Amino acid sequence: MFFRSRNLLLAGSGAAFVSLLAGCQREKQELRPRPAQVAVYGDAARESEIQPGGPQTQAAVNNPFYSNALAISEGQRLFSWYNCSGCHANGGGAIGPPLIKKDWIYGGEPANLFDTIVKGRPNGMPAWGGRIPEYQVWQLVAYIRSLNGEQPKSATPERQDHIETNPETLHFEEGANR
Amino acid sequence: MKPRMAASLALGLAAFCSGCAVSYQSSVDPAGTQAEQIAVLWWFFLALLGAIFVLVMAFAVWPLFHRHRGVNPEALEERHEPSRETERKLGRVVGWASGITVLILLALIVISVITGRATAGSEPPRDHLAIEVTGSQWWWSVRYVNDDASRILTTANEIHVPVGRTVLIRGLSHDVIHSFWIPNLQGKRDLIPSRVTTEWFQASRPGRYRGQCAEFCGLQHAKMALWVIAEPSDRYDAWMENQLKPAAAPSTPDTQAGQQVFLSHACVFCHTIRGTSAAGQAGPDLTHLASRLTIAAGTLANTKGNLAGWITDPQSIKPGNHMATVPLRSEDLQPLVDYLESLQ
Repeated sequence: MFFRSRNLLLAGSGAAFVSLLAGCQREKQELRPRPAQVAVYGDAARESEIQPGGPQTQAAVNNPFYSNALAISEGQRLFSWYNCSGCHANGGGAIGPPLIKKDWIYGGEPANLFDTIVKGRPNGMPAWGGRIPEYQVWQLVAYIRSLNGEQPKSATPERQDHIETNPETLHFEEGANR
Repeated sequence: MKPRMAASLALGLAAFCSGCAVSYQSSVDPAGTQAEQIAVLWWFFLALLGAIFVLVMAFAVWPLFHRHRGVNPEALEERHEPSRETERKLGRVVGWASGITVLILLALIVISVITGRATAGSEPPRDHLAIEVTGSQWWWSVRYVNDDASRILTTANEIHVPVGRTVLIRGLSHDVIHSFWIPNLQGKRDLIPSRVTTEWFQASRPGRYRGQCAEFCGLQHAKMALWVIAEPSDRYDAWMENQLKPAAAPSTPDTQAGQQVFLSHACVFCHTIRGTSAAGQAGPDLTHLASRLTIAAGTLANTKGNLAGWITDPQSIKPGNHMATVPLRSEDLQPLVDYLESLQ
């Protein structure tokens, strides 16, 4: 009796372990952007409620990188590479408005953010359309949304992995070359 | 039996030596004093441990063909255990063997540490050429330091050094831990974020030496290589003078169009071409791209075809790398490649 129950326990825990392993599915990383993501700029976001010709339903525009951890981290990298941080700091805002907030002037939905990046906005936001590929715009959108907790927690790091560069250790006392 | 064994041995030796003949990236083909010490250590380890291996194998094989004198097989069969005499003998042999093994291992540690100190720990001579090497995922930024700011040179993935001059490498990292390793010249030195690590070497003969990132650093760690080109000091000086110049202005309509393509696309956000408005810092400096041996950190030979492929679809050549797939019209590609390959 004892042995049978132990065998049962073993079999049960084995099955549980296998089913747990099945849950460990890695996120599929699409490293190579699909051709459609490279250059086609969507024109999706509306900034007005009304339109001529009666109400029309508009297809919702979703970020293709929603909940994609790789895309969010790539967006974070691009945020500093393309010097978004030059005006927006790390999302807190400086010369430019903060990006961690609820009340967006031009809308905070993915489609609005996409439009803001592609078209630019008055008073200083440059238009990035035609300069950077579309998939990178979406990666930036994914990252900015993650700043506001609009991405699943499972895809967002708990802290930003910025590397501290200590100027003390980067200082060279002698650099003479001729 | 014997001729065949000799033949296979000779074959193995030939294969081994043909491996040595490829000297671009080999610790046992040293081109510098420290690499020589490392090579001596390597050969010493090989000889000593090879001899021990042969000895142990001989001891293991010998009893298969020779009956032991001291054991009576019938007595063994009866009692199923060796006599006290045999036990004592065995104990002595195992004790001696263990003692000698421990001593040899300790001696090897001492020799390794001494060689490590000699190669890595020593101060470089005062008159040295200081070069900052910054590892990034997955390429190397190379900066020739100079007190005269107009003679500071930034390039990428290729280091030119004069033969016989001490070169001090100041290693930095932009993201994760990388490791700088030119096997023909020196041992490994990790490049650590927010730290400066140093090592120095001296190329004793001209040549091209391949280096490789030696610390796993992400998806494209394997395709993070660089070349060190050691050349006589007059050729090095000529190289340096050319590199210090800003990029040549495009002279043909084709390359002029290519420059416009470069400047009007995303290229400028990451790359610098001195003499133009492109001043991005995130990717390799392209001011004298055409003078380099390779593109994409040693991944491809620097040819127009490879460059066109790399620009069009970098993610299929080096999946996961940080070069953007930039939308280009097909008629823009050829002028762009022609322009970049004109940057001598």
